[in-house]
Amino acid sequence: MNTLYYEFTESLNIAFAQISAHKMRSMLTALGVIIGIVAVTLMGMAISGMDASFESSLAMLGDDVIYVQKWPWGPVEDWWNYANRPALQDAHATELNRLIESAPNTLLDVAVPVRTRSGTVKRGDSSVSGVYMAGTSEDYGRIITADFREGRLFTETEAESARAVCVLGCDVADALFPSQNAVGQMVQVKGYPFQVVGVLVRQGSFLGLFSFDTQIILPIKAFEKDFGGKTRGLEIRVKIKDKKQLEEAKDELIGLMRRVRGQLPGEKDNFSINGAEAFKEQLDPVKKGIAIAGLFVTGLALFVGAIGIMNITFVSVKERTKEIGTRKALGAKRRTILLQFLIESIAVSLIGGLIGIILSSSLGIAIGHVFPKLPVAISPALIIISLLVSAGTGILAGFAPAWGASRLDPVDALRYE
Amino acid sequence: MSTARTTRPVGPLVIDIEGVKKLYQMGAETIHALRGVSLKIHRNEYLAIMGPSGSGKSTLMNMLGCLDTPTEGHYEFNGKNVAAMVDDELADIRNREIGFVFQTFNLLPRSDALKNVELPLIYAGVPPHERRERAIHVLREVGLENRMYHKPNELSGGQRQRVAIARALVNRPSIILADEPTGNLDSQTGVEIMALFEQLYSLGNTIIVVTHEEDIAQHARRIVRLRDGLIESDKNVG
Repeated sequence: MNTLYYEFTESLNIAFAQISAHKMRSMLTALGVIIGIVAVTLMGMAISGMDASFESSLAMLGDDVIYVQKWPWGPVEDWWNYANRPALQDAHATELNRLIESAPNTLLDVAVPVRTRSGTVKRGDSSVSGVYMAGTSEDYGRIITADFREGRLFTETEAESARAVCVLGCDVADALFPSQNAVGQMVQVKGYPFQVVGVLVRQGSFLGLFSFDTQIILPIKAFEKDFGGKTRGLEIRVKIKDKKQLEEAKDELIGLMRRVRGQLPGEKDNFSINGAEAFKEQLDPVKKGIAIAGLFVTGLALFVGAIGIMNITFVSVKERTKEIGTRKALGAKRRTILLQFLIESIAVSLIGGLIGIILSSSLGIAIGHVFPKLPVAISPALIIISLLVSAGTGILAGFAPAWGASRLDPVDALRYE
Repeated sequence: MSTARTTRPVGPLVIDIEGVKKLYQMGAETIHALRGVSLKIHRNEYLAIMGPSGSGKSTLMNMLGCLDTPTEGHYEFNGKNVAAMVDDELADIRNREIGFVFQTFNLLPRSDALKNVELPLIYAGVPPHERRERAIHVLREVGLENRMYHKPNELSGGQRQRVAIARALVNRPSIILADEPTGNLDSQTGVEIMALFEQLYSLGNTIIVVTHEEDIAQHARRIVRLRDGLIESDKNVG
């Protein structure tokens, strides 16, 4: 056992002496592995970056909020089955809240009706178009994750009396009130005057698709009075108490909604329960695409790298045939020689891997500086995987030449010039 | 030869070769390198093996050094049947029982003298501090205590061969097997190296020198002459 350990440390010494004696050659040989590891780590960083940005977007959307809607999220093929569903109304939300309050062990917290459409908000000559308008109740404050930069949400009294008040997203407020506080000022929403009572802090966008900062929140009764939409139906957002019990909460909500809608047992639900996690499924094919492309490049580069290492190890064995003969004459066993050359090829490959990791993490840091919104980070798991992959490449590439060296006949090897 | 030439009494049998033949296949031709050689070598012998090229001298040396096994015949080393051994068992015998000295020294160019001498001890599984101690000890024996940290290219030919001899001695082998040890040295240095062998012999080492030079062979106490794969003569001298 000791012998093996001494042979191992001796092999390590030889490997590093050999590599430092042939720095240029070793670096060129490691190039394939360097490229492969850069490809695999960049791919990993892209995927984990997407996951991280998705998670933060999800949290923005409220990962403890379930959406009750007429249509499911994502594409549907049998649209006709959904088109005839009865629309959701304020009354459904009111009824849901009554049931939630009377249920002792409910997993649900509150149900909030939300009507949406888009429109233009004006003040004097300035205007913002394509603003996401949300008509809702005062309970909306319990489901949004953002804080108020100034002011507040409208009160229950204001909501019930359909007062013309509104809360602005920060981009809307900044566009219309560049040099003064918005609270207390009047804006025109699709031509109707509303008084600003609050402005939300900056939240960013959801996966870059939808900005939370170009929205306006209005009391639902005022929304219905001015913009109609009673017939178009609304969505009910339900906050749950514990996001770890999401599935159980969904089941409870389905039961309650069926009671609210007076559905008979056996009848299909005539509403859809949507959650932000549905977006995850849409993200998966993108991640898979990146992974396949990344793995292809990695595989190709590592293959080329492995051939390079194999070649250089063959050369190294050839150059040192006489040394192998001498070592064998002095008592080196087959495994000693095998170990020596295998460790050398693993060392070259691992050095390539390390350089690759350093390159891609500095690339990641650079990208992070240029695009602060892209969460690129190299994880310990990614580093370990990269090192394992490079070590594996070294073993595969070095095995054939090392095996050949270990089988050399000592007499022939000693005579080799 | 010179003055104090003592012949030590021989010890127990180390090498026992009986009817050894070695055949090589060279294309369609079969070469009989050894045609039936029998040889007994005891501890404390100083033996020279001589013969012109093609006499089977190198083949016999490879056989004695356990680098190769006979095609036919019997070979016992310290009572162990070497003829039936596989590669790694032979490696073990070479490591523990045989100290090689080569014509071209065969030192590792990037390692200093000390590291070169330590090498057989690594394969023997000797712990680092003991390796160092023993290597320093034998380097002192060959008179190189001031050159321990020199690399081969910083040493003269004679010093290189002394390092190689120290390396051969370090594991306290049963035999020292030297193949044309002065072949790459000038005659003055050659004389010094042969004096070193004389000294090692007087300290109780068993030495086998393979050479084609008559005056080198004359240092030995026994000369075995080969011709055409057979022993032509086997005489004690001095």
